Amino acid sequence: MHPIVKLVAQRLSLGILLLFAASALLFGLTEILPGDAAQAQLGQSATPENLANLREEMGLNRPALTRYAEWIGGILTGDMGNALSNKLPIGEQIGKRLGATMFLAFWAALISVPVAILLGLVAVRYLNRWPDKVISGSTLAAISLPEFMIAYILIFVFAVKLGWAPSFANVPPDMPLLEKLHSIALPIAVLTMVVLAHMMRMTRAAILNVMQSAYIETAELKGLTSFEVIRKHAFPNAVAPIVNVVMINLAYLVVGVVVVEAVFAYPGMGQYLVDAVVKRDVPVVLTSGIIFSAVYIILNMIADIVSILSNPRLRHPK
Amino acid sequence: MSNELKLLSTKVTAGTMTRREFMSKAAALGVTAAVASTILADAAYAAGPVKGGTFRMGVSGGESTNSQDPATWASDAPLAGGFIWGEALVYPGPNGLEPRVAESWEGSNAAKTWRFKVRKGITFSDGTAVTAEDVLATMQRHSNEDSKSGALGIMKGIESMRTDGDVFELTLVIGNADLPYLMADYHLIIQPNGGFDNPAAAIGTGLYTLETDEPGVRMTFKKNPNHWAADEMGHYDEVELIVLNDATARTAALQSGQVDTVNRVEPKIAKLLGRAPTIDVKTTSGRGHYVFIAHVDTAPFDNNELRLALKHAMNRQEMVDKILQGYGSVGNDMPINEAYPLFDETIPQRSFDLEKAAAHYKASGHDGSPIILRTADGAFPGAVDAAALFQQTCQAAGIPLEIKREPNDGYWSEVWNVQPYCASYWGGRPVQDQMYSTAYLSSADWNDTRWKRPEFDAMLLEARAELDEGKRKEIYSKMGRMLNEEGGVMVPMFNDFVDGLSTEIQGWETNPSGPQMYWYAFAKTWKA
Repeated sequence: MHPIVKLVAQRLSLGILLLFAASALLFGLTEILPGDAAQAQLGQSATPENLANLREEMGLNRPALTRYAEWIGGILTGDMGNALSNKLPIGEQIGKRLGATMFLAFWAALISVPVAILLGLVAVRYLNRWPDKVISGSTLAAISLPEFMIAYILIFVFAVKLGWAPSFANVPPDMPLLEKLHSIALPIAVLTMVVLAHMMRMTRAAILNVMQSAYIETAELKGLTSFEVIRKHAFPNAVAPIVNVVMINLAYLVVGVVVVEAVFAYPGMGQYLVDAVVKRDVPVVLTSGIIFSAVYIILNMIADIVSILSNPRLRHPK
Repeated sequence: MSNELKLLSTKVTAGTMTRREFMSKAAALGVTAAVASTILADAAYAAGPVKGGTFRMGVSGGESTNSQDPATWASDAPLAGGFIWGEALVYPGPNGLEPRVAESWEGSNAAKTWRFKVRKGITFSDGTAVTAEDVLATMQRHSNEDSKSGALGIMKGIESMRTDGDVFELTLVIGNADLPYLMADYHLIIQPNGGFDNPAAAIGTGLYTLETDEPGVRMTFKKNPNHWAADEMGHYDEVELIVLNDATARTAALQSGQVDTVNRVEPKIAKLLGRAPTIDVKTTSGRGHYVFIAHVDTAPFDNNELRLALKHAMNRQEMVDKILQGYGSVGNDMPINEAYPLFDETIPQRSFDLEKAAAHYKASGHDGSPIILRTADGAFPGAVDAAALFQQTCQAAGIPLEIKREPNDGYWSEVWNVQPYCASYWGGRPVQDQMYSTAYLSSADWNDTRWKRPEFDAMLLEARAELDEGKRKEIYSKMGRMLNEEGGVMVPMFNDFVDGLSTEIQGWETNPSGPQMYWYAFAKTWKA
């Protein structure tokens, strides 16, 4: 069997085990949290009677293990069940939410990844000169600001003062693509600014590391322009760490943007998960958690595979 | 105002003159722009509502876990949406109860029997006729022994319910002159067969019908042309409710004109926001209040001297100024204020008096161990800061108050109504009886101060069945004074509702029952 195929198979089976472990951990943690879904729903209007009736209806009186086993059984047969809180099918809700999250992550990645790598290359080319300093300074400044702060500044300037873009990202399913993009322009800008520095700095560092090598000197001596040297010799050798950091940032764009979602009232997965935790809607928490874990596992796997493919020594092990 | 201007302004409203022309003519007459604008607005108001357009509300208090089942409603967005697609028997308007599904109602038998006449010829949004049976089923769903409804707490003491032709009749164990107010509760939206079949179908008798529903994101509504009052209310063609939980997102949406109104403007920015030329900030003094609640049956709070010491050590005015930024009024250690009917203004205001506080503290004989006050950001906006202010003034009186900050998450299940002394809030109720029955009756589930006084209960029941308003007012006054002197509830302040509104919106009126004209802005306002 080709080593890559073997690796993918290994990683996939390990990933599935990890997902089970993650779901068990999530379930355990939500059980520890004080209160339950019935109490969270009734809040200040809880009386002993309606609390007991609601618990009965939600099935919260059954043992924890039974509830967990039921959920696992459902997931394995492709039935995510209904939310405890509003009884809507979880599959359908997650479908919409995940779609919105992926839409935002996709466009943010499409802009930020190429820009970050390009800026990294430019920074190396003009190392320690003003373009390098401007690029590093501005991206580091952006990453140092909390993301909600960047969001508020952009909203103030572009939505309130100039009126170029909407201040909250309303994307009903029937909206045409261009309007949707206009609607999420500010969140994309914020996310781009947040992830740019990390990827740019890693690109810069990885390439600089390679630039010290003897073969780079050889390439320079045979008369290649500095961009050619970077493109042909330095970049391919620096791909592994860059891909790793790109994947980490992609994972962040999918699972870690709850603050940006809140500021722009964007209906993504993060807000869905947070609401479910607050309302102790365990099936929703578990299902969303599993999806987030799967995203991490898959992106990490891709990063590993790309690193191996980019390195002939790993590609053809003895 | 000169007659000439009046004439001009009617021309504008009639559409024969543009706003710009009016402003320049007004300037020529030596009238400032601000005054001219007001004249124009008055003229628009006098001309009556304008039909059409979309009303867009930015609302805080919506979650992706929300359902359209009225029994589950506990936050602003779902109940605001519910008022748009549905109606209860009655609605608490600014000047008393307004009829909705019930055309009229009357009590008899010492306020024990209540008959609600169901409006003739009205239909649900699915086209079926509304009958008294639907009303009966609705009340049963919220009050029977299987009820999971948030309204179960107020649906107690019902002896029997039945229908009689187009009349829904309800008989109570003990008479209650305020019963119609209980029927105005937002959970009690009348649904076909009471919602037993499909509680979350959002089929009701409202001015609009629900078009799209994305829980925690948005709802959109279309005008219901068959509504019985479609000509007088519901001037917009469409209504859109957008959930904006982040305070800055709400104000930005209002400032950039993406929404026409927002609820819960933060007090600290309300004054600044009101200066924007296209935005009005509307405040409504309501019945909601912030409280520090002590269990009167738990040491050391079982000692009234200690409770009085704490009450006197509280600088209420400072809290109104610093926590509410002036958008509120001082409380008087009772859950009632002048926004309630039959309020007695002569009850003396508790003074902030450190000497008295110190004297009462000394008289209590407290051993000097720390008195623990639990608080959390979620207890009420600014609860942690209010507790800190309270601690400082207590210190000045020699009272060892200690603050314990609790997590927001789980506060209502683990701290409130469990721990002996904590911060909390009450949204207020339409009438005194309901407020007292909810939290100060011995048998009340939410008796969060453990206030159990047979004489207080007796007065409450006496007032409830008393039809003479003068006598009721007298009883309520006694009850208020009793809580003020001996109760475990410490009320530093009553909070105003602060709403933001585009200047385009006309017809706003304040309703002390809640924010956003108690969620009826969609029905009673219009775009000029």
